[in-house]
Amino acid sequence: MTNSPLTPGITAGRLPEESYAAQFSDLHPVLDDHEALVAADRCYFCHDAPCMTACSTSIDVPLFIRQIMTGTPEAAAKTIFDQNILGGMCARVCPTETLCEEVCVREIAEGKPVEIGRLQRYATDTLMAKGIHPYTRAEATGKTVAVVGAGPAGLAAAHRLAMKGHDVVMFDARPKSGGLNEYGIASYKAPDGYAQKEVDWLMQIGGITVETGKKLGDGLTLEGLKADYDAVFLAIGLAGVNALRAEGEETDGVLDAVDFISELRQAEDLSKLPVGRNVVVIGGGMTAVDAAVQAKLLGAQNVSMVYRRGRASMSASEYEQELAASKGVQIFYNAAPVAVYGEGAVEEVEFEYTSEAGGSLKGTGETFRLPADQLFKAIGQTLDGAPEGIEITGGKIAVDAVGRTSIAGVWAGGDCASGGEDLTVTAVSEGRDAAEDIHAKLMEG
Amino acid sequence: MADLTSTFCGITSPNPFWLASAPPTDKEYNVRRAFEAGWGGVVWKTLGEEGPPVVNVNGPRYGAIHGADRRLLGLNNIELITDRPLEVNLEEMTRVKKDYPDRALIASVMVPCDADSWKNIIPRIAETGCDGFELNFGCPHGMAERGMGSAVGQVPEYIEMVTRWCKESTDLPVIVKLTPNITNILYPAEAALRGGADAVSLINTINSITSVNLDAFSPEPMIDGKGTHGGYCGPAVKPIAMNMVAEIARNPATAKLPISGIGGVTTWRDAAEFMALGAGNVQVCTAAMTYGFKIVQEMISGLSQYLDEKEMALSDLVGKATPNVTDWQYLNLNHVTKAVINQDDCINCGRCYAACEDTSHQAIEMSLDRTFTVKDDECVACNLCVNVCPVEGCITMKTLEKGDMDERTGKPVGDYANWTTHPNNVAAVSAE
Repeated sequence: MTNSPLTPGITAGRLPEESYAAQFSDLHPVLDDHEALVAADRCYFCHDAPCMTACSTSIDVPLFIRQIMTGTPEAAAKTIFDQNILGGMCARVCPTETLCEEVCVREIAEGKPVEIGRLQRYATDTLMAKGIHPYTRAEATGKTVAVVGAGPAGLAAAHRLAMKGHDVVMFDARPKSGGLNEYGIASYKAPDGYAQKEVDWLMQIGGITVETGKKLGDGLTLEGLKADYDAVFLAIGLAGVNALRAEGEETDGVLDAVDFISELRQAEDLSKLPVGRNVVVIGGGMTAVDAAVQAKLLGAQNVSMVYRRGRASMSASEYEQELAASKGVQIFYNAAPVAVYGEGAVEEVEFEYTSEAGGSLKGTGETFRLPADQLFKAIGQTLDGAPEGIEITGGKIAVDAVGRTSIAGVWAGGDCASGGEDLTVTAVSEGRDAAEDIHAKLMEG
Repeated sequence: MADLTSTFCGITSPNPFWLASAPPTDKEYNVRRAFEAGWGGVVWKTLGEEGPPVVNVNGPRYGAIHGADRRLLGLNNIELITDRPLEVNLEEMTRVKKDYPDRALIASVMVPCDADSWKNIIPRIAETGCDGFELNFGCPHGMAERGMGSAVGQVPEYIEMVTRWCKESTDLPVIVKLTPNITNILYPAEAALRGGADAVSLINTINSITSVNLDAFSPEPMIDGKGTHGGYCGPAVKPIAMNMVAEIARNPATAKLPISGIGGVTTWRDAAEFMALGAGNVQVCTAAMTYGFKIVQEMISGLSQYLDEKEMALSDLVGKATPNVTDWQYLNLNHVTKAVINQDDCINCGRCYAACEDTSHQAIEMSLDRTFTVKDDECVACNLCVNVCPVEGCITMKTLEKGDMDERTGKPVGDYANWTTHPNNVAAVSAE
């Protein structure tokens, strides 16, 4: 007999083999031409549009939607890419419900915003499907820049620098470029290898060399990079993971949610990927939701997401919470882990209810236990591997508004750098802006 | 529920909604369906001479203009008059009229511009039992090249002449359908009156090219790589049609001439507007071609409700707005209004600001938190903000009372005064 969601323990193949493709298919399929025109028609072409202000890359949303409406999605894509070279991925992963679409005047008027994210995807997919890369490099400057980390911030910086005529070498510790786009987001947000397709499309600019399997402290030193290149951009992300600080945390079956997501994203065959019958995810962010939902989609019978604070404090948006609930994930609020129990491997997790008073969190003394074959920790990532001597603030590399660090000739952006939310779109804007500043600096003479 | 029974130049129909002479009234099948749906009358698709009927193109006949969500705003056609034999049409008209005696059945006619052609065909058509005639002097395409349709309608003398021939040939009411493709609608209207017309109907379609195929470089609809001008109709032409209706209604010479209003009538409200301007009834085509015959049910219920709410009879509505259609020179220059933005309704899109700041009078202020307010000392009350605002009723025009200070001019609002007595008018008549 084959496995099912009821099979005890951790096992693969809980679902009929043919169902995985559907389970992990596109969360929001691309709009077809007609749908895109109908959706575009709803845009009011606002003055100084709030959606544009809400986007950290300041994409000219009204303009690109008008370009779609007039039958030129390719021009719309160019409008998007001018501001955000990863506009295709952002269209898929941006929490638009808390950004552009939240402030859309039609959200205010009718509670139904213009579908900016899906329209953006329609435009970018249209252009990319034609294999068109609408940018060319400026005349070579003879300058070289090292970009450490090939995630969204690194890619955005590398593209902008290459476009300006500089030669870029982009390093990454992992075997593939893309960073969290490739390893860190739920598979149904960017199926069909989109992250790699986007990287390949972006690299068509030319002038970017990728060296994988290298990171600071393992094949690279900041001193060496500074000596070999005219500028260095650090986009190393947050490689560390916060600890639970609960008794029994070392038990087998207690895993980092980011590792689970990464493994899932890289899996050739999802029916071969084991998942517990009972899965518990601890945390309240997008990573927690991505892990919980995907565990459920893999066929886990019971998936719980437990967050130590209340619903309003959760960094996963209301939309993400509803998505999790709709997939059958049970969400517990105001419960903190106390201890992990299990003979050899995790069997149960004990939580204590919490209450918030004046911003501080206190246990109420009341506890409960959830059965768990797997326990995923998704309580935040931390900076790991920052070069020595660089100024750190709030656990991140301190940067100014244009990404300059405390070390001359070294810039930083993305999740590893201070300021901004840890979002793909924020990383792209930081990479782009740092690239502009690097360019200005290098051309000073 | 208000009684919508309509009598138009002696022709009675259960409601004032007629289908205009066009594809929807081309044959018995359609007309029966229209009557079943509730239409008060139909003007049968224009009949031509006996003998081999005209032919139509076998490629596309229509072009269109769309608004948001592909709503059809304007339609243009290059279809000619009926392409079915006269005898077939007459037989069908006879059967339909017999089965629907309470509905108006009007025969639209277009034959060459000679007395025999008209005098021969009119009595023959009358045998169908039809209630009247509509002379098609309007179609601007195809038939006009052959000296018919708008080629006649553009020459007042021809209108008068042909109308007279027809009046000499029948005792039934004769309605003259006017083309808008002229400089002044009063010339053809007065010509029809001189010829003895019982009524006029307007407008027929407007000469137009709706779009150009930017790959083939040809007007649409494109027939084997070529296009031709067609007749434009639908909601987009309503303002043009209403002005022409009003001009005839307020012209002393034609004020008593019944008018059948045509041009973009899509809802009961459009019909009411035409009738308020002086139309005795309305004819509809594009709306039926867009949505089907059932729309008449909304027109009937809407107009009834409106008349009930206003405690008016249908006949009271006709021409109710005509006295208020005047010349620019008589407008009150001391009527001062200011735009007011209702902050509760405002969705902060900023379209009023962009329109005013870029293209008008810089009379709207935008705060850092996107609050939009009107600067009374700059506002000339142009109404553009009202028109571009996507939220109906959010921006309104407040009328200043006599004596109130107009902050823009620094002067209190005075009594009625128009251009004819204005000091800047060199031709001003002394008010003394």
